[in-house]
Amino acid sequence: MKVFKKPLSMTPIPMRYCPGCGHGIIHRLIAEVIDEFDIRERTVGISPVGCSVFIDEYFDCDMIQTAHGRAPAVATGMKRSIPNLVVFSYQGDGDLAAIGTAETVHAATRSENFTTIFVNNAIYGMTGGQQAPTTMPTQKTTTTPFGREVKIHGYPIKVCEMLAPLDGPIYLERVTVHKASGVLKAKRAIKKGFQSQLDGLGFSLIEILSPCPTGWGLTCKKACEYVDEVMIPYYPLGVYKDLTQK
Amino acid sequence: MNIEKYKKGEKILIKGNEAMAEGAVRAGCRFFGGYPITPQNEVPEYLSWRLFEAGGTFIQAESEVAAINMLYGAAACGTRSMTSSSGCGISLKQEGISYIASAELPIFYANVIRGGPGLGNIAPCQGDYFQATRGGGHGDYRVIVLAPGSVNEMGNFPKLAYDLADKYRNPAMILADGLLGQMMEPMAFDFDWVNIDKLPPKDYTMTGCKGRERRIINTLLMDINVLERHNWHLFEKYEQIKANEVRFEERYTDDADIIIVAFGTSARIAVDAITKAREQGIKVGLLRPITLWPFPEKIVAELAERVGKILVVEMNIGQLVEDVKMFANGKSEIYFYGRPGGVVPTGEEVLDAIKRALKSRNVKLGEINHLNKL
Repeated sequence: MKVFKKPLSMTPIPMRYCPGCGHGIIHRLIAEVIDEFDIRERTVGISPVGCSVFIDEYFDCDMIQTAHGRAPAVATGMKRSIPNLVVFSYQGDGDLAAIGTAETVHAATRSENFTTIFVNNAIYGMTGGQQAPTTMPTQKTTTTPFGREVKIHGYPIKVCEMLAPLDGPIYLERVTVHKASGVLKAKRAIKKGFQSQLDGLGFSLIEILSPCPTGWGLTCKKACEYVDEVMIPYYPLGVYKDLTQK
Repeated sequence: MNIEKYKKGEKILIKGNEAMAEGAVRAGCRFFGGYPITPQNEVPEYLSWRLFEAGGTFIQAESEVAAINMLYGAAACGTRSMTSSSGCGISLKQEGISYIASAELPIFYANVIRGGPGLGNIAPCQGDYFQATRGGGHGDYRVIVLAPGSVNEMGNFPKLAYDLADKYRNPAMILADGLLGQMMEPMAFDFDWVNIDKLPPKDYTMTGCKGRERRIINTLLMDINVLERHNWHLFEKYEQIKANEVRFEERYTDDADIIIVAFGTSARIAVDAITKAREQGIKVGLLRPITLWPFPEKIVAELAERVGKILVVEMNIGQLVEDVKMFANGKSEIYFYGRPGGVVPTGEEVLDAIKRALKSRNVKLGEINHLNKL
């Protein structure tokens, strides 16, 4: 008989996310993967700046918190120092695709052997709902009060599509956690990202579309519909690069 | 191949930047992340092959911002790590240095100063004294600042920097300039090759939590009481450093009628001026701060009490002179002679400044009297 329980790689500390937020689901998936590989004792997680800045409280493994956008550089220093560590960086869209774009692109092109969990919720949650690099066209935020006008604010960045042409990345996939089938696929993708690192193959990034009802000003249900109807058509799900079999 | 390359005490002819790079590897550096900038390029160039020989990692980073954060990761894993840059590059690294200071990780970095502000130029300068000694980045923190005055010290100070950084879990830096970095001089390493496997173990590193509780390195302290405690903890550490680690060199201060205070290249030029002055019967002494932070405040206070005139010589528009003024505390006349913008003063110029300072009358104690404009 299989009993549903909390993964060993999670602490008992209750998470402080808003109702309907995807972070908690994603944390759990990562912890399940760490448990399944039995690598908790050699894993280091890197917290970003943003709503998930507190993840060092939630994962029961060594954790290091870094400056906004710099997780890929920190991960590089760690993996090059102790290659046997399993390092994952957990980054939001502002962290990874705005202030940390350079670090992301260059860690990817050097094919640094760590796993990036990239949570794309199209908004800056912690600072109060400002425009993110991945904010949708026409989406209202606290710094695009009339909606994101691409002629003025530029276009959203499609991270997987941007990184895929580089020679360095080994595995890039976009998934979602706004529905049950998506969660199952997200878990498989995270597991594959960790597997790629354990096999010493190089850079992997899993982009996860995640609802932010509070930041979007929507109910939880409407936020999930927003992912389906607005985000996924712009950010198609799927594998953008997979060199894990080569 | 002999990995240790040079014997302790073996005399070699080497460039300042290369001596510093070799000294770092010799002292146990096994990680370098950096971005090219003149006049320190010999450091990454040298380490790109030397660290490979020593079994370490060299990464030419995408930016100074990334480089310093690579050190954050490497130091968090317990590796003696290094970065180097010049002026504007250090400005970019300040973000990471602030995090590293708060996380109390030991790193060693060097600023081979060029002319500033802005892009400035690539000539020797001392305009980054404030940036180095005030911490530089955001928040209440200090870094240990060593100011070499020769290629010999360029090569030997990395060991001191690593030992102090490890001892106090704090960043330690070398503040040099383009002249010290670029010139060749005979030098000898005064320490044996450091066996990194025999360094004291660290109980805070990210190594995986096997057989122990998990560790967290975190600089976000949302509770004001917790952050205040952390700030006071850092303060106490800095007080310890101030009590234990002040280093300076004194020359001819016993009979001096005027004392020159200068560091690095300026101190070398001051020695030339002092030699000439003494040949002419003018009694000049030298105080050369070796640690710019912690600042040799007691000796400055003591000399100010004893000697009526202090002349501060710097390659900038006056930075060290403010510290000297603060610790002289109105007990001495303070004169300043500076050449900013990459100009290196000559011994003759400094000798002239000494003579003008000695002739000056009716100077208010404790005021800074700029001799440049005369």
